[in-house]
Parts: sequence; structure tokens; C-alpha cells
Amino acid sequence: MTERPIINAQKCDGCGLCVTVCHCNALAVVKSVVTFIEAPECDWCTDCEAVCRTGAIMCPFEIVSLES
Amino acid sequence: MTVQLDFLKRIPYFSGVGPADLESIAKLVFERSADRAETVVLEGEVASNVFFVASGAVRVFKTSAEGKEQIFSIVRPEESFNDVSIFDGGPNPASARAMGPVLLYGIKRNDMEAILRTHPQIALNVTKVLAKRIRQLVSLVEDLSFRHVISRVAKILFEQISGETGRGPRLTQQEMAAMAGTAREVVGRSLKALEEQGAIELDRHRIVITDKEALQKLMEVSS
Repeated sequence: MTERPIINAQKCDGCGLCVTVCHCNALAVVKSVVTFIEAPECDWCTDCEAVCRTGAIMCPFEIVSLES
Repeated sequence: MTVQLDFLKRIPYFSGVGPADLESIAKLVFERSADRAETVVLEGEVASNVFFVASGAVRVFKTSAEGKEQIFSIVRPEESFNDVSIFDGGPNPASARAMGPVLLYGIKRNDMEAILRTHPQIALNVTKVLAKRIRQLVSLVEDLSFRHVISRVAKILFEQISGETGRGPRLTQQEMAAMAGTAREVVGRSLKALEEQGAIELDRHRIVITDKEALQKLMEVSS
């Protein structure tokens, strides 16, 4: 499954700014809340998180170590 | 299409300005649209307009000779950019690029000067906007010059995996910024610096620590 940004619907004000900056077209505002729609690949540019005024969208990085 | 007065009213520059004055200002406003990744303002060029974002978002940044970018700000609807150079008459201090399709409203330098001469309320508003901008930039200067943010970001990453093999918790750039006491923009640049130094690899939604020893060394840079 494609890793996707985490959306907090309660915080989302439906402004759609994240939709305009998403170059993968992976986001859409549905019923006034941003929603991740099936897109070929979200490349985790984190622009959606950067532009969100309300902190409703998060792109966390998983921190992995190659060494023990 | 002419600019909507409702939109003008929401711009901090024009806060508290009456409808008659807004109507006369609206006549001086021009519209400009830009596509994703289009450069709207180029650093070093002669500045001739101040822009207000009507829809979409714009990234304001500087590029070093080595091609490294430092983001100064993300400009969202109702906010302005390229203000400094239209008031001091100098070249654009930074570049601005559309993060997606954007609609902008612009006012030419000469027109803005005329507006300021005749509207003291707007002059006061502009002062407040610029003061806020200075405060934000002072904070960025502090981060970039006095704080060893790279070493602190290295420490945060190290602590997530310390004592256990494999995966640690998931952190956003905003959370790392809060933990390091810095701005999100500085964290982005720090992660790139750590990658350039071979300590980590940014693999889409993963930060892979490829060289723990190198990461530890970077943590020890005076902090």
C-alpha cells in the first residue's frame, strides 16, 4: 500500500491549499475535508504539510537504521 | 477581471481601509497567474511589483553558488512577497517560485508609493507587515548563524534509534523543528546536509541512517 500523509479531518478547514501544491494530484477536498485519493505515487515532498496553516496534514518520516 | 474588494480587505496591507479607498486601489491592481514551478520573481533582478497571493502558495528562497536552497518563507493566500525591494528600490533579494498553480495580484512600485503617500493607514499596515517579516528573518539568522542546528537534528535522529536496532518512531519535519528549537525550513536544509555528509539517506518517507558513526561525529560538532 502506498504510504500516505496523515490527515486530521477535525483540524482541516477545507481551504484546499495542499491540493494546489500537490504535484502528484494525490489530494482532493471532499465534503470540505482534504482526502488522499488513489494516485500513482506520493513522492513525500511534504509541501502539503508545509503549506497547511492548521497542521491538519502530516508527512512523518520513519527513522530506520541500517546498522545495529 | 478586476480584483474583488472582499479579497483586498483581507490583505494585511489594506486592513481598516474604507470601501471608497479600496475601490481606487483596486484600479491599480493587476492579475498574474503562474504554473507550478514557475519562477515569479528572480533574485537579483530589478524589482517592479509587490505581489499578493490570491490562491495557491509561493515559496520564497535563495540559492547559493553551489545550488543549495534556503527557504525563507511560504507565502499563502492574502500574504505578500517582494515587498522589500519595491520600497528600497534595490534588486529582488530572493526568488519566488509557484508551488502549484497560483493566482497573484500585483501592484507596481510607483503605484504603491503613491498609495502610501495618500493613505497613512496603509503605510502603518505596511510597517507592521515588514516588522513581522524582520522578526521572522532575525529568528532565521539566529538559527543559521549561532545554533548548530545540523548537530541537533543529528542528535534527534540518533536518539530515535539509539539502543535498538531497526525502526524508531515517525517524526515530521515540524516535530523535529520543535525538538531542535528551530524552524521547519532549517530542518529541511539540515536533513539535506546530513545526507550530503553520508550519514543518512532520504528515501521517500524514510530517513535511513546509513552511517551511525558519521551521525555521531556530526552530533559532536560544538553545540
